Amino acid sequence: MIKKKKEVIAMILAGGQGSRLGALTKTNAKPAVPFGGKYRIIDFTLSNCSNSGIYTVGVLTQYQPLTLNAHIGIGSYWDLDRKDSGVTVLPPYVGRDGGRWYKGTANAIYENTDFIDVYDPEYVIILSGDHIYKMDYSKMLKYHKEKGADATISVMEVPWDETSRFGIMNCNDDNSIYEFEEKPEKAKSNLASMGIYIFNWQKLKKYMAEDEQNIESDNDFGKNIIPTMLADGNKMYAYRFKGYWKDVGTIKSLWEANMDLLKDDNELNLYDRNWRIYSVNPVSPPHYVSPDSCVKSSLLDEGCIIYGNVENSVLFPDVYVAKGARIVDSVIMSNVRIEEGAVIERAIVGEDLIIKAGQKIGSIESEDITLFTE
Amino acid sequence: MKDVMGIINLGESEENIKALTYHRPIASIPYIGRYRIIDFIISNMVNAGIENIGIFTGSKFGSLVDHLGSGKAWDLDRKIDRLYVLSPEFQSLKPFYQEGDIRNFKDHLSYIKKSRQEYVMLSKSYMVFNMDFKDAVEFHKDSGADITILYKRVTEKKDFFINCDTLNLDENKRVLSIGTNTGSGPCPNISMEVYIMKKEMLVNMIEDAISFGDANYLKEMILKKIYDGNTYVNAYKYKGYLACINSLMNYYVESMEILNQENYQELFTGHGLIFTKVKDEAPTKYSDSCSVKNSLLANGCIIEGHVENSVIFRGVKIKKGAVVKNSIIMQRSVIEEGALIENVILDKSVTITANKHLMGDEKSPMVVRKDSVI
Repeated sequence: MIKKKKEVIAMILAGGQGSRLGALTKTNAKPAVPFGGKYRIIDFTLSNCSNSGIYTVGVLTQYQPLTLNAHIGIGSYWDLDRKDSGVTVLPPYVGRDGGRWYKGTANAIYENTDFIDVYDPEYVIILSGDHIYKMDYSKMLKYHKEKGADATISVMEVPWDETSRFGIMNCNDDNSIYEFEEKPEKAKSNLASMGIYIFNWQKLKKYMAEDEQNIESDNDFGKNIIPTMLADGNKMYAYRFKGYWKDVGTIKSLWEANMDLLKDDNELNLYDRNWRIYSVNPVSPPHYVSPDSCVKSSLLDEGCIIYGNVENSVLFPDVYVAKGARIVDSVIMSNVRIEEGAVIERAIVGEDLIIKAGQKIGSIESEDITLFTE
Repeated sequence: MKDVMGIINLGESEENIKALTYHRPIASIPYIGRYRIIDFIISNMVNAGIENIGIFTGSKFGSLVDHLGSGKAWDLDRKIDRLYVLSPEFQSLKPFYQEGDIRNFKDHLSYIKKSRQEYVMLSKSYMVFNMDFKDAVEFHKDSGADITILYKRVTEKKDFFINCDTLNLDENKRVLSIGTNTGSGPCPNISMEVYIMKKEMLVNMIEDAISFGDANYLKEMILKKIYDGNTYVNAYKYKGYLACINSLMNYYVESMEILNQENYQELFTGHGLIFTKVKDEAPTKYSDSCSVKNSLLANGCIIEGHVENSVIFRGVKIKKGAVVKNSIIMQRSVIEEGALIENVILDKSVTITANKHLMGDEKSPMVVRKDSVI
């Protein structure tokens, strides 16, 4: 193959199942879970790449890739349909010595060494396809170069009582990392890794190859590659990120992330013209709100037709809300028909459903969020 | 329908809609929240499987070219049969609806000749509808007619088709003559100015018009054909929703008519989907202080005020305490706190500053020009 030299390329890990999202990830990888009235979660990472000027992107898929593949297509929605770069979907494959699934995050990248070498990059940025945030990776790369680092890890401050859920980076004053602790019980720092890494490619290649030789290894960046690199005294820096970042692991946190968008002081500004979040756009007319409906504190996408009441909710395209129906504190995915007098409270309703007249889903009293998918 | 090419001829009289056409043709006037007038005819053609579409522009084609781009939104960015935007070869001071369109056909005769299709469908853009052209083409082929003209028998709303062509038909739907609707007669057969014929016929008419020099308009040539007795010109009846955007009043009233769900459904889901340029706007945000009644809203808006009987385009901001009634607000306009507008059409990117009151009349809406700050 002809080499297409690039300074940096991005690899997005998108093979995760997200098992705690229940029915939403039954036939769907977590990065393809719908979010925010029109997006799928991976749109944020893909849009960040495009907006950061990183136009060579590999997407590593494994679990239930149909929706994800169809969504990404040739990448044109993110302006990633390009001549000698663009987006490439990279599923596990069979070679001369047999085939195998991706064993861990680092193994997934290792298996695609040939793909990366086509671009002969100086740097590789490793991203996760299931986080919701906006970030300019070009600034992180600049920082990586200025520090002359072998690896840079993006971190953010998390509440001290939540440090035991994260991989924690212990840093010196100059942000160089001296220790990495996976989910520590007593953390020394509240700087959590966001699963965003920039590596010097040649160095990473060497460490991945060594890691592959170790049959004990989980072939994981957080558990294996990064601690080993640290132990060897490589120059590794933390890049501090401030702003909205969310890993929606559960139904509750997916619901919360949707509700975050309704807050006036929401940090994830979706209306910034200089940092658009791109997605596959449905072909639907403007939405219609009737004379006797009531819509408050909500997000509505195109194609919705509202005769009932919608409050504090997120509606995906083509949702029909009949007279007397009431939707409160809920997320309704695309093409759902809600008939007269139906009541939906504190719920997530999946795509293409009909909610019958008078039906009641979820409750305002309930602590939990009801997931309704069939 | 691979054997039919489409030509959209934009020689359309702007005499009665000048307030919206200072810097654009009728074809690219923003319409119904997220469309341009021309989207409807292009979508109808594309939905019928027409893949080679030529658009003959007048001189003000900047906004049109910007809107159409490569034709990707209509799936017309192809190799051979694709979207062709063809502007006049020589600039003339007069718009070509005043000087005749033969000139323009002559300029692009080689495009017409080299196209591989046997049939041609000619149309304009100002007629807005959603219909199945396949049936019309089948009808044309089966009837053995030389030319078929599409029409609608208008029983109500006659006044909204003033200055349109009318077809005088015999009992077999043969066209006897083409007149002009003055609004005085009984139920006119309004010509939709969509003509289906063999490409050869069109080429002959153009060449005849040039060599004899006795016609400036293609319509004159078609009339001659009707009168010469050797040409069979018949008519195909369309029964669905039809709007004619040839005056400011029509633009205003027909926009408001789409608030009626029957019209909305017929125009947007009647036959096929209506495609337009994608803008990647986030869903529209309703605040807890807003109230919206009987209105259409496109994506990307932030609504904090009161909106009633109005059409709101993409990316509009309506601030707290602002009131918008019976108005059309085009893309990226801002209505600041406490402003009140009624019976007003705001062109693109207009700002109405705080507490300003703007009132048009129901019978004569006020138009505010693009980029104004009031």
